[in-house]
Amino acid sequence: MTSFFLNGKSVTVDDDPSTPLLWVIRDSLGLTGTKFGCGMALCGACTVHLDGAAIRSCVAPLSRVAGKHVTTIEGLSSDLSHPLQRAWIEVDVPQCGYCQSGQIMSAAVLLKENPKPTDKDIDEAMSGNICRCGTYSRIRRAIHRAAELGVEKRTS
Amino acid sequence: MSAASTRIPRRDFLKTSASIGSGLCIAAYIPELAARTLENPLASSAVFAPNAFVRISPDDSVTIIANHSEMGQGVYTSLPMLLNEELESDWSKIKVEPAPVDAAYNHTVFGLQMTGGSTTTPSEWERFRKMGAMARLMLIDAAAQKWNVPASECTVEKGVVIHKASGRKATYGSLVAAASQSKPPTDIPLKDPKQFTLIGKSVRRLDTPSKTNGTAQFGLDVRIPGMLFALVARPPVFGGKVVSFDATETLKIKGVRAVEQIPSGVAVIATAFWPAKLGREKLKITWDDGENANLSTPQMLADFSKQSASPGNIAKKTGDPSAALASAAKSITAEYDVPYLAHCMMEPLNCVVDLRADSCELWTGTQFETVDRASAARVAGLPPEKVKLNTTLLGGGFGRRANVASDFVVEAVHVARVAKAPVKVIWTREDDLAGGWYRPMWHDRFAAGLDAQGNPVAWTHTIVGQSILTGTAFEPYGVKDGIDSASVEGAADLLYGIPNLQVDLHSPKIGVPVQWWRSVGHSHTGFSVEGFFDEVAHAGGKDPYELRRTLLANQPRMLAVLNLVAEKGGWGKPLAPGRGRGIATHFSFDTYVAQVVEASVEKDGTVRVHRVVCAVDCGRTINPDIVKAQMEGGIVFGLTAALKTEITLENGRVQQHNFYDYPMLRMFESPEIEVHIVPSEQSPTGVGEPSVPPVAPALTNAIFAVTGKRIRRLPIRASDLAAGSETKS
Repeated sequence: MTSFFLNGKSVTVDDDPSTPLLWVIRDSLGLTGTKFGCGMALCGACTVHLDGAAIRSCVAPLSRVAGKHVTTIEGLSSDLSHPLQRAWIEVDVPQCGYCQSGQIMSAAVLLKENPKPTDKDIDEAMSGNICRCGTYSRIRRAIHRAAELGVEKRTS
Repeated sequence: MSAASTRIPRRDFLKTSASIGSGLCIAAYIPELAARTLENPLASSAVFAPNAFVRISPDDSVTIIANHSEMGQGVYTSLPMLLNEELESDWSKIKVEPAPVDAAYNHTVFGLQMTGGSTTTPSEWERFRKMGAMARLMLIDAAAQKWNVPASECTVEKGVVIHKASGRKATYGSLVAAASQSKPPTDIPLKDPKQFTLIGKSVRRLDTPSKTNGTAQFGLDVRIPGMLFALVARPPVFGGKVVSFDATETLKIKGVRAVEQIPSGVAVIATAFWPAKLGREKLKITWDDGENANLSTPQMLADFSKQSASPGNIAKKTGDPSAALASAAKSITAEYDVPYLAHCMMEPLNCVVDLRADSCELWTGTQFETVDRASAARVAGLPPEKVKLNTTLLGGGFGRRANVASDFVVEAVHVARVAKAPVKVIWTREDDLAGGWYRPMWHDRFAAGLDAQGNPVAWTHTIVGQSILTGTAFEPYGVKDGIDSASVEGAADLLYGIPNLQVDLHSPKIGVPVQWWRSVGHSHTGFSVEGFFDEVAHAGGKDPYELRRTLLANQPRMLAVLNLVAEKGGWGKPLAPGRGRGIATHFSFDTYVAQVVEASVEKDGTVRVHRVVCAVDCGRTINPDIVKAQMEGGIVFGLTAALKTEITLENGRVQQHNFYDYPMLRMFESPEIEVHIVPSEQSPTGVGEPSVPPVAPALTNAIFAVTGKRIRRLPIRASDLAAGSETKS
């Protein structure tokens, strides 16, 4: 049995400790917002937060998260109020949408560490996330917009 | 290969699209819809369901039933826009649900339920507006009868019927019971486009919120009670067969329930994905590689080039190209190559099947509902009406999920049979890349003759590559006199006015499964034709933009697009040092696109794409922001093909595995993209694919402008461009 915190709630699973966190979250715990894209930490579709850092859950064994806090896209906000979600909607970033959970989770860590990123900062932070639909220019725009919304939120 | 017997297909659409529109007769499908309404338990007085495409509930919510799949192209927003333009309900009350499989939902031209060929808007442009208008007229009729006033005195505003003279108002929701008794109108007039309030506006996408909080449901996210998970070990060579297998080690893994042979390989069935994957790694399988074990890319390249030395079946001939070439003041030749390409959707293929003795239910993201249901029914041994197919959101499609053999669906039904339980078959990235059904590999050989003034007077183009349609149920519709129209599109219908022209085709039969890939034949002809055209311009001492203008004199729509892109792209204006500019046009899916690319090449041959300017004429624009998004996405898709990807074979085995050897363009490589839409009142045409073909040639033409090196083979290799490398021109 392995216990950890998923979106703030304690969960316990009996998966083998070597099972990648992605499949624990999806198959054992039923949260499907985190996506499978490559299984090798190459595409970023499975990005979640482990104690606030962005990790690729497809290569993170369950044993690594024991006792720690995992946040998935479902835990980002309960009501689409996160500045990134608001910006994503404002800019209409997604096309097929499959990679966007991972894009948003990567961007969330970027903005937490660097509330006013430049284009170059964004390109670097987001280089691990692939979008086959080609929404990159909108993602960049939406991250800048989320940075503005974040500032408004903090100063209001 | 086999496929359902269906009426088809996309190619014929190009020829018949002009006839959609006023010819579409609503009366023809009302009886069918009425029948459906009777069968539909929801179609009681509790909701108003005047036709198969819209339902209105007492709470004023409006459900629009989408008969085309949402794979990112925005149809779950554009279809409701078309319908609600006429229905005039409150946009904030609109919900969308995927249609079940039913003839009522067939494509208006192709005659089967499907999404592809950039045709959703052309197919539904009139029908969805008529369906909305029909509902509105019946709601007005219900209100008018209730108030005992003439319907002509009633107006509608945001889902409320209003009788101005008496001040009476009724919401659509309050009228559902009465409207359900209204007689469907026989005449359904549509608005004058000048009165449009939704069409033409950049309305935000309805699916975006669910795609930012993890609630959007893709096929891979489907879970049904008692469901198992399966992976399939497939042959390493196309057409290979299982000789024997040993599952001893596999069955020792906790969670593995069964290992069973199926027609396409060996299925490992488990309680979750991970044990199924571990179990598959432990399988020992002896394969019979079959007849494709010697396929190799270098050999095929050589074979294709050799074949192209003699003309193939004639697809198009005007004038006397041989004589014109012989008498030309100057002539040039060139050969172009593009590789097999995988669609590589971010969501790998998957399908959930619940197979019972007398029924079968499927959940999958598909572009091909009619074909998939028929294929599943055949494997299940059931009539199609006993098979229920639920279309989920698609995590990308690009043509892969419109498979003529329904490969991923058929296989999943076979797995369900041996699993004896509901099952989700999941493909890994490696499975997906090695799984075939690629964009074909192509070789193009050109010759052009120029007169003394440098104008092209002769153009010959020999194409070598596999036919997508030959050998499928679609062959009778798309292949005529040995010419698969999807092999020569974008070449045989060249818009440039060149008096002596020949386009011919060799279609070698090779055991690699191929199919349509975003922009289909245009994905290779766009590159080769526009690249060679640039060579012709330079050979004749002409500016590539000016020569295009001259030869497009009789193509006003393309000429306008070309002029716009040249203006916005700053053609002829000074550039930052080290940068080059390239231009290309391409007509596909009835849409006109031109692009200007700005690029530079570093000393080691690395290509940097700085800016892409795109102009498009797609007729009347339904949602400009969605059109822009499709242009942006198609450009990134085309750049990935130009710069990154190829599927190659050695000893019949695919050499690529995952994103480390089949890389996608990433954000830091993604250029600034600017899209300009030509205002138009023509009927709307496709936007999902047409921005793909011109970007590779615009880029290679830009590379030529800055380096003098001509790229004739994709993907572009840094080694072809590194300092000191030989120029190939």
